[in-house]
Amino acid sequence: MLDCAIIGGGPAGLTAGLYTTRGGLKNVVMFEMGMPGGQITQSSEIENYPGFYQHGKTGMDFMNTWQEQCFAFGLKHEMKKVERVSKEQEHFIVTFEDGNSVKAKTVIVGTGSTPKRTGIKGEDEFWGKGVSTCATCDGFFYKNQEVAVLGGGDTALEEAHYLSNICSKVHLIHRRDKFRAAPSTVERVKKIDNIELITDTIIEEIEGDMMGVTGVRLKNLKTGEKSHLKVPGVFIFVGHNVNNSVLKDENGKFICDMSDWGQVIVDLNMKTSLKGLYAAGDMRIEAPKQVVSAAGDGAVAALQVISYLQEED
Amino acid sequence: MAKYIELTKNNFDSTVANGVTMVDFWAPWCGPCRMIAPVVEELAEDFDGRATIAKVNTDEEQELAVRYGIRSIPAILFFKDGQVVDQMVGAASKDAFASKINAIL
Repeated sequence: MLDCAIIGGGPAGLTAGLYTTRGGLKNVVMFEMGMPGGQITQSSEIENYPGFYQHGKTGMDFMNTWQEQCFAFGLKHEMKKVERVSKEQEHFIVTFEDGNSVKAKTVIVGTGSTPKRTGIKGEDEFWGKGVSTCATCDGFFYKNQEVAVLGGGDTALEEAHYLSNICSKVHLIHRRDKFRAAPSTVERVKKIDNIELITDTIIEEIEGDMMGVTGVRLKNLKTGEKSHLKVPGVFIFVGHNVNNSVLKDENGKFICDMSDWGQVIVDLNMKTSLKGLYAAGDMRIEAPKQVVSAAGDGAVAALQVISYLQEED
Repeated sequence: MAKYIELTKNNFDSTVANGVTMVDFWAPWCGPCRMIAPVVEELAEDFDGRATIAKVNTDEEQELAVRYGIRSIPAILFFKDGQVVDQMVGAASKDAFASKINAIL
């Protein structure tokens, strides 16, 4: 039986792995379906993680530095996709996609979130054919072409900035005239010549042909005016959905208390309502969705796991 | 140990011409591509002798990316005797890729 099963290999999971193993737990496995790193590896830059201040370094560069350290004290990694977590008497059962399972005394879940889809007409049809949620992945395919970016938060503006270095023009479409992004980011983006801000505007439809996206139909919410933009690419950054499906039982009922928005309710110790189950990172209530806080959560949860196991023995 | 094949425009057609081939279109700067890299390596071992597992670096092989209309990576194309029969976009689990291959074997 595992001392601790960690589900998810982003900053929260990796830090939990570091702290549990360095804290003396021998049998800790992190389940992540591929190479660990998490969503931040899609980020074009990271400048708010203390101790790492290198201009021009990407989220992927940053997470590379985590790998060796987090596995240095015996954390094991298995490339398996977890289907669900359940509790049986005093221990947990972690069931995988292939139907196999493993027992664990404690579980730390840090499965994060996934970029939200908007439901705009054409979005699903042209997904991967011009519609993208990863500028660092796909910006390259629009070199010297015009693209549209949808959203008004930090991610939308940062990625619009990134795309402005590759693309001939970036049309930033936002449904309000104020931005949620950090003021410094908004100011920076406003100064870039080839970013055009189109505010108070929504995308009504993403259009395309056999080869993919050809343009977007816009509507100004204040004036009602409709317009059309000819672009081969649309990047969507409109928030995230919590990846909480591993916490559902076979009947679709959550095994611990959740908020109305599907986030896991935890206390300041990352404890969920189910004894021995902890949640960390972007999936918990009030998550600031920052690497530094996800890492902090992972450490807190790991320390709690260690003392929980000591009490149980 | 079986390894995946690096494809270029010179060996692409001859490699996918016969049997089942999974081709992972990737690039060095792409986070989700990096995430599935170890999965692709394992698939190459698991399907040794039954299916060909291959990768195209879209940064170096832009002609191939254009030919297959790649606009989002990772893009995973499944070929049978030279024809694209299925495709996936984005990171997924090893089982998800394996079941696609098994379905066309």
